[in-house]
Parts: sequence; structure tokens; C-alpha cells
Amino acid sequence: MLDKLNEIEKAALEDLSSITEQTALDAWRVSNVGRSSPLMQIFAGFGKLSKEEKPIVGAAANRVKVALESALEEKTQAVKYAALAKSLSEEKLDITLPGREVNIGRLHPANQQLRRVLAILAEMGFQVYTSREVETDEMNFQMLNFAPHHPAREMQDSFYVESEGREDNPILMRTHTSPGQIRAMREAVATNPQNPPPIRIALPGMCYRYEQITARSEIQFNQVEGLAVGEGITFADLKGTLTDFARRMFGKDARVRFRASYFPFTEPSAEVDVECFVCGGKGCQVCKNSGWLEILGCGMVHPNVLQNGGYDPKRYTGFAFGMGPERQLMLRNKINDIRYFWGNDLRFLEQF
Amino acid sequence: MKLPISWLKDFIDLDGITVEDIARKLTLAGLEVDEILYAGLPMPTYGAGEKHEFKTNGIAWDKEKIVVAEIREVKEHPNADKLTLLDLYDGQQEQVVLTGAPNIFHLKGTGKLPKPIKVAYAKEGATIYDGHADGLVLTTLKRAKIRGVDSYSMVCSEKELGITGEHEGIILLDDDAPVGMSLADHIGDAVLDISILPNMARNANVIGIARELAALTGRELRKQVNTETGKQPSTLNLQPVTDLVEIEITNSELNPRFVAGLIRGVEIKPSPYQIQRRLKLAGIRAINNIVDATNYAMIELGEPLHAFDYDVLKERAGEKKIKLITRPAQEGEELVTLDGEKRKLTSMNVLVCDEKSSLSLAGVMGGTESEVTQNTRNVLLEGAAWNFINIRRTAKQHNLPSEASFRFSRGVHPALAETGVKRGLQYMAAWANGSIAPGLVDVYPLKPKDSVVEVTPKDVKRLLGIELTLEQIAELLSRLEFKCEITDHHLQVTAPAHRMDIDEGVVGLADVLEEVARSYGFDKIPTTTISDALPPQAGNPIHEWEEHLRDLLVAIGMQEVVTYRMTSPEREGRVIAHGEYVRIANPIAPERSVLRQSLLAAVLEVAEKNARAESIVMFEVGSIFEPVKNDLPNEPRKLAIVMTGARSASAWDVKAAPAFDFYDMKGRIELLLAGLRYTDIVYAETESTYSLHPGKSAEVKINGQVVGVFGELHPLAKEKYEFGDAPVIVAEFDLEKLRTLNPSYGIIPVSEFPPMYEDIAIILDESVAASAVEALIRQTGGKTVTDVRLFDVYRDEKIGAGKKSLAYSLTYQAAKTLTDADAAAIRNKIVKRLENTIGAKLRS
Ligand SMILES: [Zn+2]
Repeated sequence: MLDKLNEIEKAALEDLSSITEQTALDAWRVSNVGRSSPLMQIFAGFGKLSKEEKPIVGAAANRVKVALESALEEKTQAVKYAALAKSLSEEKLDITLPGREVNIGRLHPANQQLRRVLAILAEMGFQVYTSREVETDEMNFQMLNFAPHHPAREMQDSFYVESEGREDNPILMRTHTSPGQIRAMREAVATNPQNPPPIRIALPGMCYRYEQITARSEIQFNQVEGLAVGEGITFADLKGTLTDFARRMFGKDARVRFRASYFPFTEPSAEVDVECFVCGGKGCQVCKNSGWLEILGCGMVHPNVLQNGGYDPKRYTGFAFGMGPERQLMLRNKINDIRYFWGNDLRFLEQF
Repeated sequence: MKLPISWLKDFIDLDGITVEDIARKLTLAGLEVDEILYAGLPMPTYGAGEKHEFKTNGIAWDKEKIVVAEIREVKEHPNADKLTLLDLYDGQQEQVVLTGAPNIFHLKGTGKLPKPIKVAYAKEGATIYDGHADGLVLTTLKRAKIRGVDSYSMVCSEKELGITGEHEGIILLDDDAPVGMSLADHIGDAVLDISILPNMARNANVIGIARELAALTGRELRKQVNTETGKQPSTLNLQPVTDLVEIEITNSELNPRFVAGLIRGVEIKPSPYQIQRRLKLAGIRAINNIVDATNYAMIELGEPLHAFDYDVLKERAGEKKIKLITRPAQEGEELVTLDGEKRKLTSMNVLVCDEKSSLSLAGVMGGTESEVTQNTRNVLLEGAAWNFINIRRTAKQHNLPSEASFRFSRGVHPALAETGVKRGLQYMAAWANGSIAPGLVDVYPLKPKDSVVEVTPKDVKRLLGIELTLEQIAELLSRLEFKCEITDHHLQVTAPAHRMDIDEGVVGLADVLEEVARSYGFDKIPTTTISDALPPQAGNPIHEWEEHLRDLLVAIGMQEVVTYRMTSPEREGRVIAHGEYVRIANPIAPERSVLRQSLLAAVLEVAEKNARAESIVMFEVGSIFEPVKNDLPNEPRKLAIVMTGARSASAWDVKAAPAFDFYDMKGRIELLLAGLRYTDIVYAETESTYSLHPGKSAEVKINGQVVGVFGELHPLAKEKYEFGDAPVIVAEFDLEKLRTLNPSYGIIPVSEFPPMYEDIAIILDESVAASAVEALIRQTGGKTVTDVRLFDVYRDEKIGAGKKSLAYSLTYQAAKTLTDADAAAIRNKIVKRLENTIGAKLRS
């Protein structure tokens, strides 16, 4: 009987070793550990064995059963993994086919840049102040220390709005966001005429200049101005503030220089250049070989402008600065045609 | 302005300072150097990785290979009629040089020259510009045979040496040019092209720039130049000019000063080459010694001068003393200016006249009759001060931008009139052998007041943030020729006589402090952080709300656009009819003649331009402009949305998706309003002024107020655009109304108990609105029905004409685990209600 068990085991394991797929495995299971298999027949005929044989044969039969079952378990796993490996190898994709497009939303690049600028300024305490786009000559020029016929007016050719009886104070499209400086100062003064509060604001918005629309000039452009007014604000503070701004905007190693300049509404006035981030200052097309990029105009608020805003220039000082988000983007992204911005071609917009 | 360094060096010692250093100092002080043009001086060389600082052009002359030489004889070329062979001495040896230069051709075959001609000589191997090439092409001289004669070197034209573009003849140097000297040492130069800011007009001259450099370097400014006057004893009767000429100023506001001087016996000829060369490098044409002298003095000092032919004036005056009168022109008066144009004048223009008639357009351009000609022998030289606004408007009116009007229209101090005339006469005497008549006629009715400003160290600290002593402030300002007097605790500063930009009082203080800062150096001022109090941080709720709105729209998948504010009624008329516009008085083009009244029209134009895109979903947030008669317009804020094309992107295995329709827009609007946390929303039929499809458009009411409209573009409106077949869906919202509604915050709690889902389909009349069905379901189901979602709308013959089937998926949720029986009870109640109220039948 023991010999028979050994033979059963040997034959079964031999059969099993040659099996490679599931149906054969199922058949093996039926014929080797199934109810009518020789092994199970031995268990079925157990009652007929002698008292002495029972424990010996019982132990041997159990051993064979466990051996066959664990061999089956092992084989089942092997067959499963072999089948998986085969199907995985057949499921290979062409990974170079393009991915599926997703239609997503985006902000206009000019507004993306405006946000970057305003976010930095907000952290520096400059809160957004918005004001109207159509202005009076008084607010756009006279209050900002542009006298009538002043040569500086030629730097800012204006679009005028048709009106009658306003020869002394015509209506025009604002040429800069600076009229907002006057409006903001006057609002602040209204809150406390004796002791006007300090001001720290950022003035973003669309401005207009009479130009032909070409690759280099546009009739409208965004500007962001900053204005700080208080008791004890100095030119050194202006330098510190804008140096910090430039580092946040153009990288922590950005080098800046302050160059004397002229704006009617500030004195002293300066242009701020940042070392060209395209060539690192070595000279390139973008910086016209100068190694510097002009990014900001600034200065100490002119006494007449403080006065016009309601702040006593003997007591208060302040600084103002202005920049163009589109220009910054053009430099950063080597955009050589300003008309892309308001052209709104999706093929341009989708690159931002 | 273009400024040759050699000229600058007449007024300041610049030894040991490179051209680039000079340019850098000027640039930082507000005199921005746009470009450096080298004309002979050594150019800086940059190694790899070294920094450029300026746009640089031009050519350096090799010191060994380009020298001063003299032509001793001009001989015939044996094989070429138009060429000559020069016997030339270069300081070391004799050379035979081939040339075709026309300006020495007349000397061909005249034998040994009585006086050798000094020329610029380039030897074999020298690099110069190719005179015959278009533009500037470098070439190196190599030995060649030209018509059988060896050629290895040449005498150069101005173009070949990069001085001007002229290649008509060779350079004829002054007689005192030292033969054999390196040409670079003799006339090598570099030209700074400087942008002059409106407040820096005083510096649009050589002395102005030299003065700035003196302040920036601490070196001395030399204001006088050596002008060796023709010293030969005069045989002329030198009556004082005051005996011969008188001046009458009729309006001193327009003409604060008029100075005239006389020079007699001038000989009109070309100026010395050095002078011509400097003028040319400065961008001025060399004409003759008299005209050149006026220009040279102007560039040097900043005072434009005008030369009259004295004898013409004398003849016009007849027996009488010459009387010059300055006055505003009469309306319609005419004058023929130097350029030959007949100018029709207005009362804004100022004229210089004699008793007979007008002579010149003051400060802008002379007239033809009294101009200096080849035959002029005696010159009356005018130097005057004019009202800058007047000159500016006159130059603009007659389109006469000139070196003179550039300066006068920015303000020239009257003090310079006298200095200018004296300097001009000196140069005329030196270059034209004239004799200066004694005295000047000087009428000075309106002397500007000296600006006096008091400055303290406290002022400097307060505005600039730097600590300076009184003495230091005085030193900084003295360098710019301010007169400084220190008394007790302050400094009394008087502006120099060439400046008109220094005010008094608090503005004057700012003017002076700016000069302190520039003289001190902006780069030396420290960087500090603001120590003043931070204002109360109140934010900007409107701006922040609009930014939130933009974020929601972008999250929903919309592309933002930003469009022009200027449009035309015709352009907007395609989609909306409008009344009055805000009109631009000086539009750049008819299609940009008004300010937009419809943001949607602007976004539609952008969508149209992008019509080839597979899918368009774009929005803009911005202002429109509503006119207010003779006052500032209203600028209400709007949101406009345009969608058209495929609902989702196609791919290589996904065919084109269906086109956007009304419900795609509605779904997005629902998301947007949910994002803004608005709840009481009703979609109602609209009578919008926009051209919308009557059956596929709606207005959006929140809390009973209309805040926007949306729908499919009317087929007739769509026809006016170049869109594809897909419908165009548009929306416009009034942001003022949308923003000022009350949002409702709070959430619906997420239940711990499992929800039950159930579908019901009903058949009902076509006329019943889906919103009514949903309202009934919600009303009947009560709190337990937490979601009602329409998932199918179906029509067919079996259901019957005029009927539709709506299928809803209901979500039941309660504060307990619901049983099937609970759900059935609610469902039955709902079905019964639908049957009774709207005659709906359950579809099985
Ligand atoms: Zn660069």
C-alpha cells in the first residue's frame, strides 16, 4: 500500500511538472486530488484496513495529499504569472503617440505678469488702488506737474475725447496710471485732513498713448505704479524698496543700478536698470549690448504733486515708481512684437 | 546729441579716463549714452565673458599703418585717364600712391606742388572701410596691380576712415598736420550719442557736458578756448556796432534779450578741417567758415546764433541806421525761409524784421534775402533769447525741427546770448580773417531773477537719506557752478547763469537736492527700508473680487483675453445697436474712433479671429464706456464670454466631439455662480438688446435682479461674422450688479448614513418647463431628497406628439439608514403629486 502511495505521488508530480496552462492544471487536479482520484480512493478504502495498517497508511496518504496540494498551489501561481507575463508582453503601447489634449483655462499673459508684480508689491505693503481710464487733462497732466506746453508732454502724446467747452481741461485717455496718485492722496486726506495717513499703494491699469500700432509701439499698455507717502520717506528708501523688488522679480542675485532721469512728477528722478537676465550682463540683442535692461522709472514725489494731493511737502515726502508688465514679459520671453498682446491669437495665449 | 570726445577735451582734462568710463559716468548722471561711435581712437576689446556696457560701433585706426602724409606731386597714370599717381611722403619714405580722388584731380600734371597737401595715408595691411561698398564693410589693404601699376596703400576718404559716409574725395587735412604722425593721435576721435532729457536741455552742448563731467570727476572746467584770432592790422574803419545798428523789442515776454555783433572783411571759404570734422561728427553739415562758426559756437555753448549779411541789411536801410525789430507776425504774413519754403505765419510766430520787412523766423530759421552767401564780406551776428513755448509751437507748426529750435524750445538762458555772440565772432575772426567791430548791441528788457534757495543738512537727510555737512553740500553744488554761501546753519545757494530749471521755495529746494544727489552719485546713496509707519491694510475688495472671478473662470476652463478699448460703431453694430458713444477726437484710424460700449462685441471679434481653432472658450473682464455729455464717461465693469466649436479636444483615436450649445454655457454659468456662492438663481426668457436666438437665450436673475444674459448668437448676427458651422454661444454680465449681491456661505453636511438612489421617468406635456418639474420633486420630497438630476430627455412617436419624457435620478438621504419602504413612500408621493399637478404619467 505504501508503495502504491509512492507511485501515485511520483506519477502525479511527474505529470504536473510538464503542465503549462490552466485547463491542463484543472484536469490534473481532478485526476490527482479529485474525489475519484487514486489517492482519494485510498482514503475511501481506509475502513477496510487493519488496525495496525491504519496509522501507517493514514500518515503516508496524508503526506502525499499535502505534497500534491502544495505542488498544485505552486504550479497554479507559476501558470498564472506565466499567463500574465505573456499578456503584458502583448499589451505594449506606442508610447510615442501624442497624449490627449485637455482644454484648460488660462489668464491672459499680461494679467499673469500683473499678478506677479502685484503679489510682490502686496507683500511689501503696497495695496492695489484702481482708478478710471478716461481722465481730465488736469488730473493726467496739470496736477502731476506737467505745465501746458511743457516739453515733457511730448513724451506722452494723448488720445483726446470729444467734448465741448473744455478747452482748458480737455478729456483724454490717461497716458499713465499717475492720476490715480492724486485721487488716492486726496481720498486719504479726506479721511483726516489735519494728519493725513501714510500711503502705500500699487496702481495697475491700462494706459493709452497716441502711437501707430507697430511691432514696437502700441496704443494701449498696462502700467503698474507704486506710491509711498509719509513722514520720513527718503531716496535711500526708494533705492532699498526697488532693489528688493528687483530681487523678488528677477532673482536674488539680480544687480540693479539707478540712473538719473527726468519725470515731471518726481524729483530727483531715476531709471532703474537690472543686469540683463538674458546674457547675464555680457551684452546681447535683448539688452542692445549694454548688459542692462531698463525696467523701472522712479523718483521722489515732486513737491507740487504732494501739494496737489493735499500733502504738505514741508512735512511729507514720498516716492513713486512705474513699470510695464508687457515690457517685462517681452524681455523675459524674447517677444519681439508687442502686437501679440492685444492680438489675442490663441496660439500665442496658450504658450503662457 | 552727438559729442566728439576731442571737442570735450578742449574744456576738461580727461587723461587717464577711458571713453567707456566717461560714458558710464554721464549715463548714471542722467545723460544717457545710447551709443559710442569710434572714429579713430582705440576701441575697447572684450574677452569671452567680459561685459559690454554700451552699444559700440566704428573703427579704430592702426597707429603704425594709418598716418599723416603729404602729397608732393600729382602725376598722370600711364594707362588710365581717370586715375592719378601721387608722389607722397609718409614721414619715413617716399611712396607712389594710386588714386581716383576728384578733389585733387585738377592738380594732375601741374608738377611739384608749391605747398604739399596733407592727407590721411593708409599703408599696406591697414584695415579701413571699403569706400565703394554699400554700408560699412571692413577691408584690409593688400598689394595689387591696377592697370599695370603696383598699388599697396591709399589716401583715404572720410567714409574709409569712418568719419562720415562721404566718399566723393579724399580728406584734405589742415596745413599744420604733422607729417608722419599717427592719424589716430592727430584726429582720432570717439563720438558719444547722448539722449538729452527735457530737464537737461542746458547740457545739450559741449561745455554743458564738460561741466557735468567736471562735477562727476572733480576735475577743473576750462571755459575759455584758444581761438587764435586773425591778428593782422585792419585797414577797415572799425566803427562800434552800436553806431551802426539799433534794436527794438516789442514784446519782452517773447524776446527777453537781443544781442548783435559785427565782423567786417570776412573771406568766405571752407573752415579748417579739424572744425569741419568735429561738426560732421556732431551731425552738422559743414557749409563755410561763417555758417560753421555759428554752428560750432552753438554746439559748444548751447546758444543758437544767426548770421545776417550786413551789407544786405545796410542796403535795405538806405541812408538810415539799421534797425532790427522783433515782433509777433501778423496772421497770414509770409516769409521765405532759408530752405526756400514760403511760410504762412500766425500771430504765434515771432519775426526779426528791419524797418522794411521781415528777415527771419525768430529762433527757428532765417530768411533767404539776408542769408550769408559766397559774396558776403560783413556779417551781423545775432544771439537772442526767446520764449520757449513760442518757439516750440512755431517749430511744430511749420514742421521745422532744427538744432536751433531744439535748444530754444527747451529754454536757453538769456545770459548765453552775449557769450554766444562773442564766441561766434571770435571763431569768424579766426577762420575768416575778419575784424570784429568794437562793442555789442545788447537790448535786455527782461532779465530773469536769480534763483536763491536755502539748504540745510537736515533737508538733505530728509529727502535723500544721506548725512552731509554744509561744506560737503556746498562742494557738490559748486562743481555745477552754483554759488554757495554758508551762514550759520544753512547754505544759501544761487543758481548759475546758464540754468532756468531751478525754482525757489519748496520746489527750488527739490531742484537743488536733485543736483546734490546727482553730483554725489546715485550709486553712492545707500539702500534702506522704509522706517515710516505702514498704512492701515484695508485691501481692495473690488479688485480682489474680480481676481477671484477670473480664477473661477479659468478653473472652469476659459481662456482670458484682453482687447482694445477703441473700436467703431460699425464693428460693434454686428451684434448690438448703440446710441451715443464716447468719441476719440484724434483717432489713429476710423476703426478705432470710439470707446467700446460692448465688451461682448470685443470678445466676439477675438473669437472670430481665432475661428479656425477647434474649440474656443474665452472671456474678458473689463470696462466699457458710457458717455456723459462734456464730462468724464461712466466706466462700468463687464464680463463677456464667447464659446464655439468642439466641446472637448479631439485626439488621434477620438473623433470630433459635439459642438458647444446653450447648455454648455449654462453649465459653466451655474458653476461660476455656485463659485460666487449665489443660490437664488432664476433663468428666464430674455429681451436682451443683443442679437440672440429667441428660443436659445436666457437672462440670469439672482435674488430677482437681472445680472446677465446668455444664449446662442442670432443666425442673422452670426452671418455677419466669419465663424464656422458650430453655433456661437455668448454671455455678458454686469459686474457691478453681480458683485454687490449677498453670497450665502455655509455647507451641506456630508451624512454618515448611506444614501439611496432611484430613477424615475415621467411623460408629460412639452409645454411644461423642466425647472417646474424639478421644483415639484424637491418640494414634495422635502429634505430627504438631497439631489435631483435630470439625466435624459426623450421624445418619440410612442410617447405621442407634444409629449416628452424626462428621466430623473433622485438621491435620498436622511439621518438614518433608509429602507426600501421609506424610499417607496417618498417616491409614490412624488409621482402622485406630478400626476395631479402637471398631468405627468410614470413611464414604465
Ligand atoms: Zn543682454
